[in-house]
Amino acid sequence: MALLEVEDLRVHFASEDGLVKAVDGISYSVDRGRTLGIVGESGSGKSVSSLTVMGLTRSNRARISGAVRFDGQDLLNASDADMRKIRGDDIAMIFQDPLSSLHPFYKVGDQIAEAVRNHRSVSKTEAFNRAVEMLDLVGIPEPRKRAASYPHEFSGGMRQRAMIAMALANDPKLLIADEPTTALDVTVQAQILELIQRLRNEFDAAVVIITHDLGVVAQMADEIAVMYAGRIVEHATATELFTGPEHPYTWGLLGSIPTLGPEREERLVPISGRPPSLITLPGGCSFHPRCPYVRDAHKRVDPKLEPVEPGSGHRVACLLDHQTRQRLWAELRAGKQPEEARVGVLHDKPPEETVSQSETVVHEAEAGA
Amino acid sequence: MIQYIVRRVLWMIALLFLVSAITFFIFYALPSADPAVLRAGKSPNPQLVEQIRHQLGLDKPLYEQYFDYMKNLLTKGDFGYSYQNNISVRTQIFQRLPATISLAVGAAILWLTVGILVGIISSTRPRSLIDRVSMGGALIAISAPVYFLGLVVLYLFADDIGLIKLFPGAGSYVPLSQDAGQWFGSLIMPWCVLAAAFAAFYARLLRSQMIDTMHEDYIRTARAKGLSERTVIFHHGVRAAITPIVTAAGLDIGVLLGGAILTETVFNIPGVGRLAYDSIINSDLPMIQGTVLLGAFFIVTANLIVDVAYAFVDPRVRY
Repeated sequence: MALLEVEDLRVHFASEDGLVKAVDGISYSVDRGRTLGIVGESGSGKSVSSLTVMGLTRSNRARISGAVRFDGQDLLNASDADMRKIRGDDIAMIFQDPLSSLHPFYKVGDQIAEAVRNHRSVSKTEAFNRAVEMLDLVGIPEPRKRAASYPHEFSGGMRQRAMIAMALANDPKLLIADEPTTALDVTVQAQILELIQRLRNEFDAAVVIITHDLGVVAQMADEIAVMYAGRIVEHATATELFTGPEHPYTWGLLGSIPTLGPEREERLVPISGRPPSLITLPGGCSFHPRCPYVRDAHKRVDPKLEPVEPGSGHRVACLLDHQTRQRLWAELRAGKQPEEARVGVLHDKPPEETVSQSETVVHEAEAGA
Repeated sequence: MIQYIVRRVLWMIALLFLVSAITFFIFYALPSADPAVLRAGKSPNPQLVEQIRHQLGLDKPLYEQYFDYMKNLLTKGDFGYSYQNNISVRTQIFQRLPATISLAVGAAILWLTVGILVGIISSTRPRSLIDRVSMGGALIAISAPVYFLGLVVLYLFADDIGLIKLFPGAGSYVPLSQDAGQWFGSLIMPWCVLAAAFAAFYARLLRSQMIDTMHEDYIRTARAKGLSERTVIFHHGVRAAITPIVTAAGLDIGVLLGGAILTETVFNIPGVGRLAYDSIINSDLPMIQGTVLLGAFFIVTANLIVDVAYAFVDPRVRY
């Protein structure tokens, strides 16, 4: 049994405009010593799903169903008090913006010590010493001195290191990193990712890393789940996903990463259109309004996440058949634009309602570190 | 920090000079009764008025009067003597100050306690019944002027004229040193009346600050650490949301130490505010000057204290 098992998790929020289906039936699992990357645009539900694992989306407006099992314990039905015992102890989380995520009025060392004292019956001095030890472990020079500094006296990278130190202070079994490098300089990003990787091995923890940047997970993740509109649309090992991606959305994500390879001439291909409203999802495949390879039937049939080939661990939710997808990806890799690839592979008319060019938004991918 | 404080103190002195000069010249620029005539009593003869005018130095040119006043103030710490009864202004003010301090400090303790508690409770349950009732009540308290509220409270609860004879009414103030019990009893109604609008304002201020703060990322971090909701609210939320309350409290207390004119007048408390009011009615310039300077002194000092305190409340602030 895996350390964390998420099964058919749904998180819906009641809002004035209607029911927001932030997460709509996702399943995944992670084991100790492994890293799962969850990738998607903003609003794809990747953060909400992880906050739900932590029990942080509970409110009277949230409807949560499905199952989350951690070390055999059912987290969705655990009491608030039980969740508090798990949070910050067995499951820890780090966030996107380390400056706003640290309390501005407390010293960094005290904030880490607070996490320790909340879960261990140790003296203030012991907790503070643990904080210093953790700051040292995450590579902060002069940790004893820096523990007495305030967050605003740290640089961005140091703040994220401090957040990591806080998260790992209680030897968590699972670390959830929500966009841990997005707010950081590119040069610092790589260091932070490397640090998370190293500490994962040292602590034998499981890591879930949430990002919109495939470059980040390429470096870190063993498995990758691509989320779109509250669902997982493709799930594969990192190698499989980068060598043979099967979902047009994944192709879009890959196409919008700048590479510094030999073929400098290649153009970045944005994913056209916008992420859909999570209140009124498009019928059929929810990616169809933005998919260059859409056919009429795709607007009616909702694809299931299924193995690409019988028995394969690589699963995708796409109505195109496996051979067509493989040929399309081959064409795209050969440098064709989506429109040209479609003409070569799908022998039918172009879709009648194409997305207008004015709506094209360059996907917010950044250079992988 | 020290350098900053020294600079601020120099500014304070300059400001107080300016305040004294403005008060002095406004007194003469605005139409008011002739102090000498007021002093001379009913139907005085011109010689007497002239004599009094000379005694008080009112026959000298304005700048000379101001110069004399400042000279006495700076060299002897002498605030002059009342035009009305020749009592030393300094003695009079120091005599009146304990009543004003009693009123201001007691009310401040009351309004901070009530305001902060109500603000926190309301903010943790926004839109609940208790929130709506408290915020509605706060709106009424903010809108009710002290002189109106004071009279209503006297009418309802004073032990002389009240419908329910509960607390000592207007004019019952005695110094703390004389009779602690009566001192406390006589101040209950003034404290409540003075604190009402402040408590309401502070509750609303803290509520809105808290609601903003509880959406901050560091609150999410605190929850992610597994802290109890109580610790999250008090140790992380209130700690961050309280800073504007510190500022407001410092300034408000500073203003009130200079005299809560309305409350002191309604409840007939012999404080500095009442003294200022009486001296304005009597065109008693030295007394006006003294009370205005005292008020100005408390306000600028409170400003300085608040600014310095801010550096301790918020470690990001540096001077």
